[in-house]
Amino acid sequence: MSIAAQVLAQVDQNTAAAEGAGFAYGLAAIGPGIGIGYLVGQSVQAIARQPEAASQVQTTMFLGVAFTEAIALIGFVVFILLKFA
Amino acid sequence: MKRLIENDPNSMRMEEQGPVLEVARDLVRRGVIIAPIAIFSGAIFWQTGGALSVAYGLAIVTINFMLAAMMLDRASKISFAAMGTAAVFGFFTRLSLVTVAILLVRNAGWVELIPLGLTIIIAHLGLLFWEMRYVSVSLANPGIKKSQKLPIHEASPEQSTHETTGAA
Repeated sequence: MSIAAQVLAQVDQNTAAAEGAGFAYGLAAIGPGIGIGYLVGQSVQAIARQPEAASQVQTTMFLGVAFTEAIALIGFVVFILLKFA
Repeated sequence: MKRLIENDPNSMRMEEQGPVLEVARDLVRRGVIIAPIAIFSGAIFWQTGGALSVAYGLAIVTINFMLAAMMLDRASKISFAAMGTAAVFGFFTRLSLVTVAILLVRNAGWVELIPLGLTIIIAHLGLLFWEMRYVSVSLANPGIKKSQKLPIHEASPEQSTHETTGAA
């Protein structure tokens, strides 16, 4: 195989890896987005039903949002490590 | 019908200081407590670059928590519907900010990507689990803090006699 062909094959591999990492990051962000939307919707409904519990619901919601966000952060870190490390 | 209008999330809002800022401040305080140990661990395994990367990762995590709480708190003072919007769009905004914060420094000489990534995941989850223990205690029994020691009342001999008699 000529040197040019080897270089092209390497470039193709790198591009595929970058595309795969980007795709994985995108997928990792969609799930938590849906989860946070659902969580927040239910919390707002709970507050509307029982306004006196608003502060407790808000605290639980904040922790829930942060936990769900951790999934997106894990996806992001995996993306960074696959692409740059 | 009247009840539905009264409980409309578009018009309802948090009147006083919300609890999320307090939770976020608590998370940051715990982050500051673990920072020396984490930075020292980074320095042991990855030398100076590791220590700096761990510190940078901790800063990203704590600022992320504070930003989330500030957005939720501010939006909940407008209306609870705005709080929902702020939570969802805030998630994407903060994720973008974290991405930019890491992409900006990825080629810097002092950055080690592995400790930086590990710190972001472990600190985020660890601080949340740590905080959750205290929040769940205060939710189950409002007014009781995990660190607060309950006063021990020693029963006098008369009291214990009465209790024994009552029980018998």
